[in-house]
Amino acid sequence: MELSVFGIQSTTLMVVALITGLGLVAAALVIAGLISPRSFSLQKGKAYECGVETRGESMMQFKVGYYLFAILFLMFDVETVFLFPWAAICRSLGPDGLISVGVFLCVLILGLAYAWRKGALQWK
Amino acid sequence: MNIFDFGVLTNWFDNLLESVMPSWAATVVECVIIGVLLLAVYSVLALFYIFYERKLCAWFQCRLGPMRVGPWGVLQSFADMFKILIKELIRLENIDRFLFALAPYLVIVASMLSFAVLPWGKGLQIIDFNIGVFFMIAASSIGVLGILLAGWSSNNKYTLIGAMRSGAQMISYELSVGLSIMTMVVFAGTMSITGLVEAQADGWFIFKGHLPAVIAFIIYLIAATGETNRGPFDLPEAEHELTAGYHTEYSGIHFGFFYLAEYLNLFIVSGIASLMFLGGWMPFHVPGWEGFNAIMDYIPSVVWFIGKAFFVSFIIIWFKWSFPRVRIDQLLALEWKYLMPIGLFNLVLMTLVVVYGLHF
Repeated sequence: MELSVFGIQSTTLMVVALITGLGLVAAALVIAGLISPRSFSLQKGKAYECGVETRGESMMQFKVGYYLFAILFLMFDVETVFLFPWAAICRSLGPDGLISVGVFLCVLILGLAYAWRKGALQWK
Repeated sequence: MNIFDFGVLTNWFDNLLESVMPSWAATVVECVIIGVLLLAVYSVLALFYIFYERKLCAWFQCRLGPMRVGPWGVLQSFADMFKILIKELIRLENIDRFLFALAPYLVIVASMLSFAVLPWGKGLQIIDFNIGVFFMIAASSIGVLGILLAGWSSNNKYTLIGAMRSGAQMISYELSVGLSIMTMVVFAGTMSITGLVEAQADGWFIFKGHLPAVIAFIIYLIAATGETNRGPFDLPEAEHELTAGYHTEYSGIHFGFFYLAEYLNLFIVSGIASLMFLGGWMPFHVPGWEGFNAIMDYIPSVVWFIGKAFFVSFIIIWFKWSFPRVRIDQLLALEWKYLMPIGLFNLVLMTLVVVYGLHF
């Protein structure tokens, strides 16, 4: 494994960073809970709005446009995951590697062009 | 190259601890020290960044900015932090309590993990995987989950719209960030952060990498601005439309976490830009100017790294106060119809440059 500062494994230090993050939030919440004032009012618990009561359900269906972009993102993000190992050794692969990954990229660019043509990139 | 290696210092400390206590205890003590340091640097840096942005924003608008607390107002954000700590945490009705409480944890943990990967100086890096860049991208994309959860669980229409916008924006711009980072990985031939910085010893990538590196840097700057939800892409918190976006319902320190993480993310993206393009902690050298290079070597590596990160942050803050906010359709069109195809072609261009050895 890769060693880092003090010769500790990086994985261990990742856990340390994780715990530090969780600890920061938890400790600050505990401190705030101890020293912050508490009050009770029926109005305070209501959803923040412009002065009138919220009408209808707030956890509701939302625009499908966001969902389309999420699906497109998924496609290209998986592509990024596949391309990273190639990127790291691209120099030693030489022209052959370029051709094979060029085919892969072509298929993906075609996919983007198809989505574009179909109007998936158009915000409606 | 006679930059001070912090490894000497940490090894000496490690040996010192090993000599007075068993090996496992030394490791535990060191982990605690790292955790405390991480916490301290994280919070102080975030507070400094809040001050930095307020001052810059004021100067861009010919104002003075915070001036009252401390000299030039430097203690203003500390005062604000204590104020926010003693604010009431309002208990809301009709919210999803578990997800509402979980969201700040995710946001903070995501920024803490990617913060720990940044190289501060020679031998001064906390997490050093050989796939460090990849880990950084992975860790920083946890943050969007926190934002989506915050918006959804608050049971408020403003927060829901803010979270949805933020989700669409962050995942879209993450692709361009990933692509421009990948372009530089192709050039460097390594994903380890130490390796990336070491490869820039004889010239920063933005100078060595020809045109594709410059294009990648520009794409990275735009995409990073989008990914951190900063203006002109600050749609999720467009205060004229959505009050405060996804964190409208959060009060007191609960809100403070989002604020803290937002400013830390600004530092993280600037740090990544400085490490991928501007040579990380490597000093600025001009080939042939021996005296100049020797003087540059005397500036400590930590100062180089922080200085570069502040410089990139300055540019990103400058964007915010120069451009008007874009609409959501313009925002997504910019990413998917311009940045993304340009990024893909730039990747091919960089591969050509690398394979046929057209670089310096």
